[in-house]
Amino acid sequence: MEQMKRRKFLGVSAVGMAAVAGSGVLVPAIANAANVAGWPAAAFDAKKLDEAMKDSIDTTSVKTSAKVRLTAPTIAENGAAVPVTVDVDHPMTADDYIESVYLYVDHNPTPLASAFHFTPDSGHAYFQERIKMAKTDMVRAVARTNKGVMMSSKPQEIKVTIGGCGG
Amino acid sequence: MNLSRRDFMAMMGIAGATGFLSPSAIASSWGSGKDPYEIPEYGNVTLLHITDTHAQLLPVWWREPGTNIGTREQKEWGVTPHMVGDKKLEYYGIKAGTPEGYALSCMDFDTLAHKYGKIGGYAHIATLVKRYREQVGKKAILLDGGDAWQGSATSLWTKAEDMVGAQNLLKEDYFVGHWEFTYGADRVEYLLKHKLKAKFLSQNVFTIPWDEPVFDPYDIREVSGRKVAVIGQSFPFTPIANPAYFVPKWSFGIHPGHMQKMVDECRQKHKADIVLVLSHNGADVDKKMASQVNGIDIILGGHTHEIMGPRPVKINNTLIINTSTNGKFLARFDLDVGKGKLNGWRFNYLPIISNMIPEDQEMADYINKVRAPYAKKLAEPLAVTESLLYRRDNFNGTFDQILCDALREEMDCEAAFSPGFRWGYCKLPGETITMEDVMGQTAITYPQVTVTEYTGAELKNVMEQVADNLFNPNPYYIQGGDMIRVGNIQYTMNPGETIDKRITDLRVGGKMVQANKRYKVAGWGAMQKVEGTPVWDIFAKWLRSKKTVSANPRDLPVLTKNMAGNPGIAFPKEYDL
Repeated sequence: MEQMKRRKFLGVSAVGMAAVAGSGVLVPAIANAANVAGWPAAAFDAKKLDEAMKDSIDTTSVKTSAKVRLTAPTIAENGAAVPVTVDVDHPMTADDYIESVYLYVDHNPTPLASAFHFTPDSGHAYFQERIKMAKTDMVRAVARTNKGVMMSSKPQEIKVTIGGCGG
Repeated sequence: MNLSRRDFMAMMGIAGATGFLSPSAIASSWGSGKDPYEIPEYGNVTLLHITDTHAQLLPVWWREPGTNIGTREQKEWGVTPHMVGDKKLEYYGIKAGTPEGYALSCMDFDTLAHKYGKIGGYAHIATLVKRYREQVGKKAILLDGGDAWQGSATSLWTKAEDMVGAQNLLKEDYFVGHWEFTYGADRVEYLLKHKLKAKFLSQNVFTIPWDEPVFDPYDIREVSGRKVAVIGQSFPFTPIANPAYFVPKWSFGIHPGHMQKMVDECRQKHKADIVLVLSHNGADVDKKMASQVNGIDIILGGHTHEIMGPRPVKINNTLIINTSTNGKFLARFDLDVGKGKLNGWRFNYLPIISNMIPEDQEMADYINKVRAPYAKKLAEPLAVTESLLYRRDNFNGTFDQILCDALREEMDCEAAFSPGFRWGYCKLPGETITMEDVMGQTAITYPQVTVTEYTGAELKNVMEQVADNLFNPNPYYIQGGDMIRVGNIQYTMNPGETIDKRITDLRVGGKMVQANKRYKVAGWGAMQKVEGTPVWDIFAKWLRSKKTVSANPRDLPVLTKNMAGNPGIAFPKEYDL
C-alpha cells in the first residue's frame, strides 16, 4: 500500500476508534509518519505475511483464541474501505492487560494493516477501522498482553467481488 | 362441489389427502364460509405476510423454478427450498395437477395456467387481507418483506409512488427494503417520511463512516395484551448486488451480532412476549441466521422468491417461511402468544389464484387510475411468443434467452450477458409480448446497455464470481440471485466446486475461449454509472422486428455428473444429465 493512502486511512481509523471507545487513552504508535521515532517501518513495509508477522510480533504462529473477536463483513461493500472491528475480551489491569493488537490482511501488498497499542487506562482493547483490500483475502488480528502472551482471532475471509446480479 | 375447510387445509398441504378444486366452484362459494380461503380463528395474534411483489399491481403468470440447486458441499442437497418440480410435490405429499400443485411446482405449467389462471394482483390480495382483518379484527398485523417498489413500468415511471399508494390502501404495518434503495437514498427517505404509512424497519443499515442506525431497528406493539416485537432486516448485500452509488452513505450487511442485541433488547428491555423478524435476507441466509441468533420466534422471509414449505422450516426454536414473489401467496400465521412465549401456531400459505378471489373494488379503481396515463404505451403489441417465457431458474430462463439474443443482434456482439435477476413474470405460448411485458423484465433504474470487450480470462472471472454467489457453501455469501444469463456462451458447470473451478470447457460460439483473446459482449445493469440506451428500447425494437419469437436454442450449461439425481433439478436432460 502506498504511503499517503495508508496514512490517510489509519488517520480515519484512529478517529473512529476514539469515537467508539469514548474514554480511554489511546497511544497509537502509528501516529503520523514514518519519520516519527519508533515507527516500526520494517513491519509495515514487509511484503509477505510471514515477514510482517516476524517483524511485528517476532513469530509466525499464534494460537487462535475465542477471546479475540474480529468482526468484518463476509463480502466487502467497498474494497477500498472495509470496516473491521476487533474486540479483545481480556482484563485491563495494571498487571495484566492487552498491550498491542495487530491486524493482518494475508495477501495485501503490505500485510500488516495496523498496530494499536493500549494501556490499562484504555479500559478495553477495542477498535474499529477501515482497511483497504485488493482482493478476496483472509484477515486476522493478533493481540499481545504486557506479559508477552499472544492470541489470534479466527482468520476471517472477506470477499471482494465484482457485484451485480442480486435477486 | 362441497368445499370444506378440510379440503382447504389439504390444499395447503397441511393434511394428507388433496382434493380437486375448480376456480369457478370457489368463486361461487366465496365468503360463504365454505370456500378454501376460510381459516378458523386461533390464538391472539394473526400475522399476514406478503413479500417481493415486484410492483405487480395486476395478476401475472408465475412459474416456480425448474432448477434450484442445493449442493452436498452446501449441505442443501434436497433440502427446502432446494427442491423443485415432482420432487417437491412428492416431499410434501402434494398431488400434481391440483391448485396447490400449480402454485408450488413448475410441472405442466402452461396447461395448469390455462386451467387455474393468473396469480397475485393487488385487488385480489386486498380482498383477502380485508376479509381476514374483518375476521380477526385488531389481532392482525400486515407485514411487507420488501421489493414492492420495483419490477414494473408504472413503478419505475412514478418512482414507486404507485406502489406506495397500493401499500397504504392495504394498510400495511411494516416494511423493509432491497430494490427500494435503487431509487436512491433521497427518494427512499422522502417516500418513507412523507408518503408511506407503514413503518420501515432495519437493524442492519448504518451510516458511513459512523455506524449510526439509519432506520428504527424494531417496533413493539401491543396486540391482545401481548407485546409483539418486529425487527426489520433489509437486504444485506444491497450495495454489492445493486449499484452502491444509489446509497453512497449507507452500509448494509447481515450483522447477526447486532441482531442478537436487538432481540435481547426487545425481550429484556421491552419485555416482548414474541419476537418476529421481517427479513429480506433470502432463504439460505435466514436459515444460518436462525442458527446463530437466539430468541427469534418467527422469521418472515423473502428475497430469494422461494416458497419455504408449504410448512415452515424450523431451525432451533425459530420458524422460517419465505413467501414467494409477484403476489403469488399471502402467508398467514395464527399465533397463541403467552406471557413471554409462543404457546402454539397455525400456518397457511394462501395462493392468490386470481380467478378464485374477487377483486376489491377500491383497490381495482386505484390501480386503474394510476395506470391510466401509461395504459396506451404499455399495451403496444411487439411480438408473439411460441415458447413459454419465464425468468426464474438457476440458469438461462427462456425470457432471458430471447433478451440475450436481442442484445447480441441489436448490439452486434458475439456474446451477451444478462443479470441473474429472480423477478420478471411469465408469458404463455401464443401470447403477445407487449411493452408492459418488456418492462416487466427490465424496469430498473440503471438500464443502460453496454458493450464490453472482455478478455477470455475476464469473461470466465465474471461467471465464476456470480456462480460463487449462488453455490458458496457458506450461506452468508449467497446473495440471492441466479447464475448470470449468457447469450452464445457455452460451458460446463460444477456447482459443487469452489470459486475459479466451477466453470470448464468455456466456449463462445462453440469455440474454446482463450484467456488473452478479446470478446465483444453486450450487457446491461452495470454497477458503475454508464451511458447507453435503456435495455427496454433495445429489447422492444428487436421484438418488433421479429414478430414471432421462440427461446431456441438455449444456452444452458452442461452440468457435471455429480449433479445427477439432484432434487433441485426438474428436467435433468436440459443439462445433459
